[in-house]
Amino acid sequence: MAKVADNINPLIYEKRSEREVTSTDRDEDVADDFDEREIFDMIRNINDPEHPLTLEDLRVVEEGNIIINNKENSVHVRFTPTIPHCSMATLIGLSIRVQLLRALPSRFKVTVTVSEGSHASEHAVNKQLADKERVAAALENNNLVQIINQCISTALAG
Amino acid sequence: MAKLELTQSLTGHKGIVWNVSWHPLGNIFASCGEDKTIKLWHKEGEEWKVKAVLVDGHQRTIREVAWSPCGNLLASASFDATTAIWDKKSGQFECNATLEGHENEVKSVAWSPSGHLLATCGRDKSVWVWEVAGDDEYECAAVLNAHNQDVKKVAWHPSLDILASASYDNNVKMYKEDPNDNDWTCIATLQSHESTVWSLAFDKTGERLATCSDDNTVKIWKEYKPDNQEGVAMADRDAVWKCVCTLSGYHTRCIYDIAWCHKTGLIATACGDDIIRIFKETVDSDPNAPTFDLVSTKLDAHAQDVNCVKWNPTGNKELLSCSDDGSIKVWKLEE
Repeated sequence: MAKVADNINPLIYEKRSEREVTSTDRDEDVADDFDEREIFDMIRNINDPEHPLTLEDLRVVEEGNIIINNKENSVHVRFTPTIPHCSMATLIGLSIRVQLLRALPSRFKVTVTVSEGSHASEHAVNKQLADKERVAAALENNNLVQIINQCISTALAG
Repeated sequence: MAKLELTQSLTGHKGIVWNVSWHPLGNIFASCGEDKTIKLWHKEGEEWKVKAVLVDGHQRTIREVAWSPCGNLLASASFDATTAIWDKKSGQFECNATLEGHENEVKSVAWSPSGHLLATCGRDKSVWVWEVAGDDEYECAAVLNAHNQDVKKVAWHPSLDILASASYDNNVKMYKEDPNDNDWTCIATLQSHESTVWSLAFDKTGERLATCSDDNTVKIWKEYKPDNQEGVAMADRDAVWKCVCTLSGYHTRCIYDIAWCHKTGLIATACGDDIIRIFKETVDSDPNAPTFDLVSTKLDAHAQDVNCVKWNPTGNKELLSCSDDGSIKVWKLEE
């Protein structure tokens, strides 16, 4: 039995253009801190768990919802589920978290939350995603890790 | 200003080190973590070295280790839903009993001061009290379902069989056995934190409790007994616990652990901002509204979140810490 997606017919948005390489990017003498666009590029191609579409296509993640502070080693990503009762919200947040944990240096503190007002259980989802002990326990669940790996497998391919 | 001096940095675990525990004599400690092993450390000359590695006791992360008050037994709580009891009757540490019953991750384990009771708690929202029934035999004396979320930590009163637990539901609960029917019941709910309570520590008298939380605060609670001079009202209870002090504005992220030294009275905290902080009660502190000074801040104590802090039980101001960065550090507070 195929599970019916929570949101059967989601809106699909236009993709952002590729990042343009600037002259300072090639300059070895210029310190090259992480920026919002770079974080966005790490997560934009994560697959939605239910649709053959990326989180960017569905506008679940947007560059404008990412805050990075290199000095304080903090990254905050807010994501927007396509519908307020999305049962996949925790899984999507977990995929974003896992992708950033793997892609960023360990000095970064990653916070992933749902955008304010975008989900019915916003507080519960945020609390669960912030609890590193529960995240660590979830990541020892092989079935769950397989699903997450499928979601993020194409994340850096785009 | 006191200073936390690093004595030694220990590596050997792979991945997160979740917890460290001093042997009651303060000359050995155990550590555990994501790599499913327990390491026992002792001092060779001036250096802490691995004395033994305990493997194959658990299938998943080992979240916490705890020595029995006699120092002969070590308990380990694991995400694999079991608690293992290790002893060295054969000369080497071996797992000779496994406590099963929790539905999923066991988050914490603690021995009562007498060593006759053991408490565990976990993700299934329950707290279990186990009775040591004999050699390698443990009987479940109570399953307490007072919390309505994941229970993070259990800790016993330093001299009485009173148990405290901290939870994802933001509350702290206390339990006692009713001498009339031998039933364990919840005798107090400590409500004030605004997010997950990660850890708790009694002071040496057991009349005060320190708690730390995801709301970035530390709270100090005081027990008021019936007919107390302060006039704190009792509602048909043995005692009420009141929050008498909140330390806010010091921690910038979640506080994962707190340790209250029974010899020196110093409080140490382990924080998600990689910092270890030490607090000391002020000299003229009012018992009903105590004040604490931040006497030491160790920035970048670890490269990642600090998960646990433990004072050496001998009171020599030696402190252990461990972290997501995979290291264990031994510190000495110089005042």
